[in-house]
Amino acid sequence: MNQWAFVIAAYAVFLIGAGGLLLWSLLACRAAEDQAEKLSRRK
Amino acid sequence: MHRFANPARFLKIAKPATAWLLGIGLVLSAIGIVGALFLMPPDYLQGETARILHIHVPAAWLGMGGWTGIAIASAMQIVWRHPLAGVAARAIAPAGGMFAFLCLATGSIWGRPTWGTWWEWDGRLTSMLVLFFLYCGYMALAAAEKDRGPDGRAAPVFGLVGAVNIPIIHFSVQWWNTLHQGESIQLTGTTIAPEILWPLFFTLFGFSALFGAVVLLRMRTELAATKIEARLRRTASA
Repeated sequence: MNQWAFVIAAYAVFLIGAGGLLLWSLLACRAAEDQAEKLSRRK
Repeated sequence: MHRFANPARFLKIAKPATAWLLGIGLVLSAIGIVGALFLMPPDYLQGETARILHIHVPAAWLGMGGWTGIAIASAMQIVWRHPLAGVAARAIAPAGGMFAFLCLATGSIWGRPTWGTWWEWDGRLTSMLVLFFLYCGYMALAAAEKDRGPDGRAAPVFGLVGAVNIPIIHFSVQWWNTLHQGESIQLTGTTIAPEILWPLFFTLFGFSALFGAVVLLRMRTELAATKIEARLRRTASA
């Protein structure tokens, strides 16, 4: 049994999950704040 | 705490705090991951799979810490009707749920070469799975009563009641016979060798900082969405 295969699989799952959450939150925040800023500039 | 009840005041602090948490979190996490994968020696008994410890433990810590945060925010929402408490609890839920899932997933991958099984219905694993389901339930409930703002009661009560599961997870390894090992890190000391332990501090603090950044980002997103909705309503009624 190659132990490194389990280590790589665990890190891949973790980085995809945590990185995806971070990226999703970052993009959603930027989009929402940009839209709010645009609306507040509009008369 | 009530000083930050004003969203404008909160945003003034949250914006730079997000950038700091992101920067510190990314640097500490990167050092911890490199240390865990390439610098520390393999464990004398578990071999290379001990490296999973450095992502599994922070995931468990943040999954449980996230619900503790939801319970505190829920209490603040019920007692003081703090306008940002509900926003904070709703922002914590997806992050905590993701880390609870990652704890289960990495634990399962670690369990196969160590215990010879992907899953076992024992106290620790089952109570952690219950926590993940609680997060799913909380997100559904909070989304359903989001429009009620600080007057919503179902989600905060659920957040408080669900906190009962946190001590159950913590003490499960003492209360029941379990495949899961007992506590290796306590306030009084640790049974982990220093050369294996050090990257854990980096991943623990690094992922905690990133968790904080995600919560602040999600709170900012909800506040911006509320602002957009109010603006569009005013435009429509004018």
